[in-house]
Amino acid sequence: MTATPYVVLSAIIFTIGCVGVLTRRNAIVVFMCVELMLNASNLALVAFARQHGNLDGQIAAFFVMVVAAAEVVVGLAIIMTIFRTRRSASVDDASLLKY
Amino acid sequence: MTAFWILAPIMVIAALGILFVRKAVHAALLLAVVMMSLAVLYLVLQAPFLFAVQIIVYTGAILMLFLFVVMLVGVDASDSVVETIRGQRILAILAGLVLGLVLVTGLGQITLGTAVGLDNANSGGNIQALADILFSRYVFAFETTSALLITAALGAMVLAHRERLGPKPTQADLAHQRVRDYAEKGLHLGPLPPPGVFARHNSVDTPALLPDGTAAEASISRVLAARGTVRSAPELADDIETVQRRLEAFGDDTARGRGSAPASTEKDAE
Repeated sequence: MTATPYVVLSAIIFTIGCVGVLTRRNAIVVFMCVELMLNASNLALVAFARQHGNLDGQIAAFFVMVVAAAEVVVGLAIIMTIFRTRRSASVDDASLLKY
Repeated sequence: MTAFWILAPIMVIAALGILFVRKAVHAALLLAVVMMSLAVLYLVLQAPFLFAVQIIVYTGAILMLFLFVVMLVGVDASDSVVETIRGQRILAILAGLVLGLVLVTGLGQITLGTAVGLDNANSGGNIQALADILFSRYVFAFETTSALLITAALGAMVLAHRERLGPKPTQADLAHQRVRDYAEKGLHLGPLPPPGVFARHNSVDTPALLPDGTAAEASISRVLAARGTVRSAPELADDIETVQRRLEAFGDDTARGRGSAPASTEKDAE
């Protein structure tokens, strides 16, 4: 059993997450799409760990999960702070630095 | 492979659903579907530890955090359909399709061969083997992770903390403020009208009616107004005629029935 189907699935989900980040306007949904991309890369790492018969890929996936947890905590706190000051969770409304 | 061919379409459909659903809560639930399926795939790929961590950390902790923030923020956060940059959506979808095609065809070009499998590496137990590697070769990265987690926790606390600039207003202060507003700006002194007053329904989504028949905006919760689930007063008045006609028909029926069986219709009319 080869790892190719798993890696292809991971590529498809990564692409969907990518398109979601580019098209969605709601900051929370954009964040969910980032999580989708991280999960897709995790799937590829675990699939390759099995393909090559050593556990380094699983360790890498574990570290990705830890970093994702930290990133979610800080990111959601930022979204909360922006919402508190601007009353909006849209990524287009936080554009004051442009002017 | 059976688990894979069952779960892969579910995962792709749920992931596509995240792109198209309007509400953030639905996106979070679809994300939960993807993550649970992913956990099962980890089990198939001989990673029982990551299976447990995926469910506990991702579906348990991170998604709950998402749902909490959706609860605090998401009510007013409707996704706008208007594009800020013209043609950006089309270009993004095109770029995504190109990326997907490149990745999938690139993966199609290579042959990975049969998987070695983790039976050998997992012989002493998956968790023991992972711990061996984690605390020997990756021990420095592991220790750095602790610094990252502490920084993240502190950062979240600093970002979410709100400094109280003045003393907290007591109930007496609020009462004084209310009377002062009434004296200076002529604001209404009494409590807000409850929903459904003088209206035909008394549910919370029905606005109170003012004497001239218009809806009182202050009687409806701001959250319900933002969700757009408030029933409009004219709409409620629409079916008055239907109800009247039904009542008249009912009255006719009872009037006709009264001649034949007066004893029973008395009870029916009530």
